[in-house]
Amino acid sequence: MQQKIDAQQVRKVAKLARLDLTEAEIEEFTGQLGAILQYVEKMNELETAEVEPLAHCLPIHNVFRADQVRESLGTEKTLANAPERDGAFFKVPKILEDSSS
Amino acid sequence: MPVHDLTAMELRDRIAAGQVSSVEATRAVLDRIDRLDPVVGAYLSILPERALETAKEVDRKIAAGEPVGTLAGVPIAIKDVLCTSFGTTTCGSRILQNFHSPYDATVVRKLLDADAIIVGKTNMDEFAMGSSTENSGLRKTVNPWDTSRVPGGSSGGSTAAMAARMCFAALGSDTGGSIRQPASFCGVVGLKPTYGRVSRYGLVAYGSSLDQIGPIAGTVADAALLLSVIAGHDPADSTSVDEKAAPAGDYLAGLNEPVEGLKIGIASAFNAGAEPAIQKAIGEAVDDYREAGAEIVEVDMPHLDYAIAAYYVIATAEASSNLARYDGVHYGYRSENANDYIEVYTKSREEAFGKEVKRRIMLGTYALSSGYYDAYYLKALKVRNLIRGDFVRAFERCDCLMMPAAPTTAFQIGEKVDDPLKMYLADIYTVAVNLAGIPGISIPCGFDAAGLPIGLQILTPAFSEAKLLRIARMYEARTNWHTRKPVGLE
Repeated sequence: MQQKIDAQQVRKVAKLARLDLTEAEIEEFTGQLGAILQYVEKMNELETAEVEPLAHCLPIHNVFRADQVRESLGTEKTLANAPERDGAFFKVPKILEDSSS
Repeated sequence: MPVHDLTAMELRDRIAAGQVSSVEATRAVLDRIDRLDPVVGAYLSILPERALETAKEVDRKIAAGEPVGTLAGVPIAIKDVLCTSFGTTTCGSRILQNFHSPYDATVVRKLLDADAIIVGKTNMDEFAMGSSTENSGLRKTVNPWDTSRVPGGSSGGSTAAMAARMCFAALGSDTGGSIRQPASFCGVVGLKPTYGRVSRYGLVAYGSSLDQIGPIAGTVADAALLLSVIAGHDPADSTSVDEKAAPAGDYLAGLNEPVEGLKIGIASAFNAGAEPAIQKAIGEAVDDYREAGAEIVEVDMPHLDYAIAAYYVIATAEASSNLARYDGVHYGYRSENANDYIEVYTKSREEAFGKEVKRRIMLGTYALSSGYYDAYYLKALKVRNLIRGDFVRAFERCDCLMMPAAPTTAFQIGEKVDDPLKMYLADIYTVAVNLAGIPGISIPCGFDAAGLPIGLQILTPAFSEAKLLRIARMYEARTNWHTRKPVGLE
């Protein structure tokens, strides 16, 4: 049986998903995701060329409201759960390289 | 009868009549939690001071003759996937272990407006991903009927709390069976409303096109009472159905009127996948309806066998997108080992998410990634349409479908944790309902040889919860399964 997914692909997907998986997890997930994908391919037994994809089970439509100023959470409540903050800002490690270095 | 054995309706009526105080009922629940929850593990947090204070206020209002809400004084448990502006909202995850929501979910607000007493927040599979509550990152919950077994999941904390009478009713959420399956495992009533019936505002998202909040209760009437409180359009949730299209109602009105000329659809081949004891119990329940005058029609639902495959692609795809928000920046856990901003994301997520959550994020990311989108995600959406078609055709011939809520009764703790696919396959009777968006209920319909509860699942077309509840009540009125209680726990 051909493997559905290999460790190389699992590493790539982990990078896309922003997960710093351990080597042990990569190995474990390679096997498990392979088995799940193998099962999922059961769907290929069904002929669906003429079937519309259904993303949502109810007829949904755009919902509009008047563009009015309303009360929002405010800075303190919004920042209350911040892992790190600096005044009215969320604080994260430096994103841009220091141009002088 | 001790206070904790009253139904939510009975308690509410006695509190309103001044026969029992809300403080007394709340104390009874808190005492039971103190005594039983070290074993059961249903709650992630309890809110004793707040609960007693609110109960005292309800008692004062009643004594003063002031108007009170429809759940006045009734202690209720909330699955910890629902945001509360008090206490923590953890989702059973270490990534949200210390998260304090700045706002209340709409359903929480509605319960509080109805003067309910929120006693605590219940355990769950992390981010509602699981069928046994074993994926909780924070606590282990056991089944009150047999403490070596799982309560089901992901709303296993709410159903275990209900079964052990550590609340009078509870809220859960159901993305692929997370209310109905644990309700069947714990011998209680669990209702998943139609998608759009109840506002999802403040429900931490897992699979946004599938998620729905619903009641967990000891009786059908209590589920109807809770649904009456939480249903209805909410401007804060654009997918909640507007009142003109499908008005919410008082689900208690007419609840005891049997449905005349009831036609029950059975998909025999599909139902045959359950354990013999479950097939037998479902068969006997259907016979009971027949005796009550119902007609049974055989329906063909050829695409239900593909529901698990489609569900696990769609749900994980939506999850991979929804859970991108846990990045260690705005709230939740942040790794102390991050050297740059990318590592804030990758290490925070790696260190604080549990295995099943990572697995589902990986699966969903893969299914949406370039080169695989058509083969997996698009294909699954097409299969979803075929599954919905099965229900549409079936409901042309019958009022409701009946099937098991799960292929087995509660399984042993640890039995399936090492084999995720095996765990997924146990969702065979529940996931199609979420893909089709229709309502479903699980009600107690018997026990297996080991004394474990069995659930009868009943399904009706979209937005017909009133009829669904009436059909469920027809059976409950003729049986006494719902009055049985776990033994040996006390």
